[in-house]
Amino acid sequence: MDLSYAEVRYIAKLARLELSEKEVESYTAQLSTVLEYMQQLDELNLKDVEPLTHVFQMQNVFREDKVAMSLPQKQILQNGPEVQSGHFKVPQIL
Amino acid sequence: MNYEPVIGLEVHVELKTNTKLFCGCSTVFGIEANTQVCPVCLGLPGTLPVINAKAIEFAAKVGLALNCTVATHSKMDRKNYFYPDLPKAYQISQYDQPLNMNGYLEISSSSGTKRIKIVRIHLEEDAGKLVHAGGKAGRLDASEYSLVDYNRGGVPLVEIVSAPDLNSGEEAYEYLTSLKNILLYIGVSDCNMEEGSLRCDANVSVHPKGSSVLGTKVEVKNMNSFKFCKQAIEYEIKRQIARLENHEAILQESRLWDITENKTRVMRSKEEAHDYRYFPEPDLVPIILSSEWIDGIKESLPELPSEKQKRFIQSYQLSEYDAKVLVNDQSIAAWYELAVQAYPTNAKGIANWMMGDLAAQLNENKTDIFKLKIEPQHLAELVELIDQNVISSKQAKDIFLEMFQTGQFPKMIVKSKNLIQINDPLIIEQAISKIINEYSQIVQQYKSGKQSVFGFLVGKTIQATDGKANPKMVNEMLKKNLDV
Repeated sequence: MDLSYAEVRYIAKLARLELSEKEVESYTAQLSTVLEYMQQLDELNLKDVEPLTHVFQMQNVFREDKVAMSLPQKQILQNGPEVQSGHFKVPQIL
Repeated sequence: MNYEPVIGLEVHVELKTNTKLFCGCSTVFGIEANTQVCPVCLGLPGTLPVINAKAIEFAAKVGLALNCTVATHSKMDRKNYFYPDLPKAYQISQYDQPLNMNGYLEISSSSGTKRIKIVRIHLEEDAGKLVHAGGKAGRLDASEYSLVDYNRGGVPLVEIVSAPDLNSGEEAYEYLTSLKNILLYIGVSDCNMEEGSLRCDANVSVHPKGSSVLGTKVEVKNMNSFKFCKQAIEYEIKRQIARLENHEAILQESRLWDITENKTRVMRSKEEAHDYRYFPEPDLVPIILSSEWIDGIKESLPELPSEKQKRFIQSYQLSEYDAKVLVNDQSIAAWYELAVQAYPTNAKGIANWMMGDLAAQLNENKTDIFKLKIEPQHLAELVELIDQNVISSKQAKDIFLEMFQTGQFPKMIVKSKNLIQINDPLIIEQAISKIINEYSQIVQQYKSGKQSVFGFLVGKTIQATDGKANPKMVNEMLKKNLDV
């Protein structure tokens, strides 16, 4: 299955990746190969197989509704590039 | 042309758990910014979410109270998008296997009871809170920068999605008030719109009446009260009809309700198709609920407003309207029933007092009915005193005010103020003779046909007994006296 140039550009945009022309070209080829490899799965007859969302046989991992300590505000904010009055400061959104 | 509005509502409700959906951070509202945050809800690498069991229970309660089927098998999914209110760059939500599906809510509309289908109710985490600052602060599209508080990020939320079964702003209003009342009854949320624990978006379209093709829908946001919700929907319906009449197309867009201008306006957004690339959340295992567990939750539900309303009509002989007003507030309904227990003979009389004088005082004092000085037994006794002719309805009004202010039993007030109604014909007769003598001219006017002065004479007679004479007796006896 061949991915188009435009599709790769679109995926890059969704992932907020800045790609050069050359990178788009090489990723188009590489991603197409990956998809082709995965397409082998289409050969399996999965008519009676339930979709699997998890490889572990686990279910219902819950916790009690008990309050635990949060981190101090200072620590929460320490990785923020810009901080203002106890908040993370982010650039104009629109 | 005749147009029919078609409206669907998406209601987000924060669940009243102590902790967030995936971590132990507290959910208390109004705390200093970014102090209820931990590595899990901040989405730091290497952390793992663990589902809060209480949130599952509350979400299932919502589903069951709204007549949904609770899924025995559901899962969480990852919804990907970049926005500063989401530190992980994805929201953990539910996509194709929501916890609750296919429910309904019954509302009263102009055409009787109407069933509004509920398509799904899924569980998800709330996002952080953004404050848009600088420039035209407060407006997203005119601010210079935004400040982010992640205290709300990760708080459990259910999204209740209705089918497009609503046809007017009024119906939407009815739906929202009924929904809120049910949620308050089952105790899963504060439903406080000002604090954002209940939020509503509306999908509005119009199409020619009878047509099976739906019109282009517009999403209306930023409606922070039910009243605004109704106004915004009504405005949007008019706007869309006007455009169609003008042969202008309806654009599929998001608009927000502008409170100052009383209209909807287009929300500026990035030119980008929504492509959330949902996939099963790899950090969380499936949620499997046994039908026994679901039945247990169902049994734990309290009597819901609609059931209570039916029971009030049947057991207490109330009108549909009276019953609806009383069940509209769980505390008021409970208070009412305590009063009726104390004096079951006149449930309707107690209801009248609650919807009249007591409701007026409650409105003025804006407090929970159980925090008042007056207690259900007090009101029950007051109604009993009226029924037994000990006091007149007019006296009762003054006694009620005193009861409200002091929290005394009415019998105490009657005794201490010597307010017992006079039912003794002899005493009333004396008062009547006195008034007939004193106002002989007016008596003459009455006798020569001026009926309107009768009320004046009744009033004077009652006054002559310090307001204590039984008004009905005064009426009858005075008439007898004058008409001879």
